[in-house]
Amino acid sequence: MDLNIIWFVLIGILLSGYAILDGFDLGVGALHLLVKGDINRRIMINSIGPVWDGNEVWLVTGGGALFAAFPVVYATVFSGFYIAFMLLLVVLIFRAVAIEFRSKRENKLWRQSWDVSFSLSSILIAFLMGVALGNIITGIPLDSHGEYAGSFLDLINPYSVLVGITTVALFMMHGSIYVVMKTEGELQEKIKGWINNCIIFFVICYVTTTMATLIYIPHMVTHFKEYPVFFSIAILNMLAIANIPREINHKNYFRAFISSCATIASLLLIFAIGLFPNIVISQPNPEYSLTIYNAASSQKTLWIMLIVAMIGVPFVLAYTLSIYWIFRGKVKIDHMSY
Amino acid sequence: MNDPEFIARLQFAFTVGFHFIFPPLSIGLGILLIIMEGLYLKTRNKLYENMTKFWVKIFALTFAVGVATGIVMEFEFGTNWATYSRFVGDVFGSALAAEGIFAFFLESGFLAILVFGWNKVSPKMHFFSTIMVTFGAHLSAVWIIVANSWQQTPAGFHLATYEIGGNVFTRAEITDFWAMVFNPSSMDRLFHTIVGSWMAGAFLVISVSAYYLIKRKHLDFAQKGLTISLIVATFASILQVFVGHSSAVGVAKNQPAKLAAFEAHYDSSAIAPLYLFGWVDDNNQKVDFGIQIPGLLSYLIYGDFNTKVKGLNAFAKEDRPPVNLVFQSYHFMVALGFLMIGLSVLGLFLLWRNKLFENKLILKILVPSVILPQLALQLGWISAEVGRQPWIVYGLLRTKDAFSKTVSSGEVWFSMILFTLIYILLFILFLFLLDRKIKHGPDEIGQNEDIYTDKKTILG
Repeated sequence: MDLNIIWFVLIGILLSGYAILDGFDLGVGALHLLVKGDINRRIMINSIGPVWDGNEVWLVTGGGALFAAFPVVYATVFSGFYIAFMLLLVVLIFRAVAIEFRSKRENKLWRQSWDVSFSLSSILIAFLMGVALGNIITGIPLDSHGEYAGSFLDLINPYSVLVGITTVALFMMHGSIYVVMKTEGELQEKIKGWINNCIIFFVICYVTTTMATLIYIPHMVTHFKEYPVFFSIAILNMLAIANIPREINHKNYFRAFISSCATIASLLLIFAIGLFPNIVISQPNPEYSLTIYNAASSQKTLWIMLIVAMIGVPFVLAYTLSIYWIFRGKVKIDHMSY
Repeated sequence: MNDPEFIARLQFAFTVGFHFIFPPLSIGLGILLIIMEGLYLKTRNKLYENMTKFWVKIFALTFAVGVATGIVMEFEFGTNWATYSRFVGDVFGSALAAEGIFAFFLESGFLAILVFGWNKVSPKMHFFSTIMVTFGAHLSAVWIIVANSWQQTPAGFHLATYEIGGNVFTRAEITDFWAMVFNPSSMDRLFHTIVGSWMAGAFLVISVSAYYLIKRKHLDFAQKGLTISLIVATFASILQVFVGHSSAVGVAKNQPAKLAAFEAHYDSSAIAPLYLFGWVDDNNQKVDFGIQIPGLLSYLIYGDFNTKVKGLNAFAKEDRPPVNLVFQSYHFMVALGFLMIGLSVLGLFLLWRNKLFENKLILKILVPSVILPQLALQLGWISAEVGRQPWIVYGLLRTKDAFSKTVSSGEVWFSMILFTLIYILLFILFLFLLDRKIKHGPDEIGQNEDIYTDKKTILG
């Protein structure tokens, strides 16, 4: 049993879980300002109200797991991408407090300001994460000590910005489907109208990013060439995306949402296959890359953490699913709502 | 001033100090919520339901800011203390990951039902959720204190080397997980922090209840609230002396330089007095304007007035923490602790004599008392963390060797200023919303009536 591979997979699952869950929170945020009217905006926020905090925990736990399993990566990436992470923290803070504070006062300016904060920070969170992901794909300059050897501006390059935009588009699509499931009446009709635009926006980004990756990032393709069986994942990914407008047409919003979840999962799986066994690719000087072997904590720690995960994850899944079940159905505003 | 190490320290101290206003309130309020909702379920008195709902809203507010400022902390180990992170990833990272998987998911998950689930689940299920959120908050304290305690008293590890790009590095690796978790100081410090958190929650409820009594508003609500919180505060304050004492005895054993700094005790060959207060003159190694009780420190640690206590002179200068700062913060913390005992006992006594609710003087003192546990918690952490210097892992890694090598002082200034501005804004907003909610008061009984369910829910 290769613990390093297991942890590569587990962290991938944590980050995929985060993307699928907080992805729709961020998507709802991205769409928020398109919705007009105080009641409608309250409904938007309350569609994610009970679950967004638990969804965000997937990021926190993913970060913690990265620290525990691959501390060299955690240290290099977090300190190397310093300014980017600080900006990310700022927008994470503002997204959280915007949700909590927004409806606490009647004042119009207060609510408008927090609406803008909620939306802008949601978009920026998605964008910054996409930029980070893009840089992991292209590879970044590392030195022989495993430390980042580039600057902040190196991180803002055409490919990473493209991935950033694609992430926003993906989450907008994902969020729009989610919110259609949670709303009714006029608001739901309005959002239904946007889903197609979101799908188109995403597909354009997706195709562009795929083309750019195939042409400019050859190392991402290596494993697919070596093991053509992996191409099936790319096909599944494409089918999941194609299924979304099909299910929307048939008004099966839940199935469309599942396809959207599958889209996110398969995209990240493709990314993981391309990246493996590296976690941080060093470009130039690929010999300085951080891999699941040289950047990992000790075998004993990986084993202990695996036990922690095996105990903890079933509980998490059990009560998370229960909580989603309890809050199923359409959003209703009451005096305890956001 | 342009020293990246200095700014990194300043930023960490500031961000963690600010963060630490909120989780203790969550932990303390959680306990009080369990009491209130438990009383509701037992007595079916709608007043208790009202109280619970009011304090849940305050809980949600503190919880949200706690989460927002907490993510900063998780990232900050990596962003600003990358060298430290590489050294302790096995140990510290594990504790943090455990905190995520066991505690954060639990409290954030069940928070949904606590805040939003009144109409969606049975009263018992809701109460279960309240317990789960509070339990999660406590579990969160467990893991982070385990991690921090490992920095103070490392155990269950060995030092090993690893290689990156042909370069060899040293780091700590786990040899015994339980020894790491139950390291010499973790249990003492855990209980000390948790009891302090109970006091933070209790004094908040005391303060708000006293305020309503002075204004003669929501009398029933305030009287019941004050009663419950005074009992918790008294119990916790008194317990804290014993728990704190145990912690200090542990410090004497495991971190003697820190204990010596607590009491500005320089000379190892002398019997150790306890200072009630004073001002440390480090250059001349004495305490000015001090009042001391001879031999009391020896007695407290060893049970014997004549046992010698290791002094700061036993340590090389570069291995000593800053003395006056640690001395003052420690002494003020203890003073506050005794003040809180005095206040809560007095309040409880007057309550027992049915003389509290009309006593404007005492009520007026109780209102600002909310600040006392907050100050004590901050001062306690300053004592603990500054007292640990110059080590970031006691005896193994110095703080000055632990910050991120690739981060420039300009970048840290950028983030420092950013956090300062944002946290000032956040604090103002937090106080503002808290104030508004308090002034608005609890809803009238019967208003926004929640019909507890006759409908079956899946969890019944």
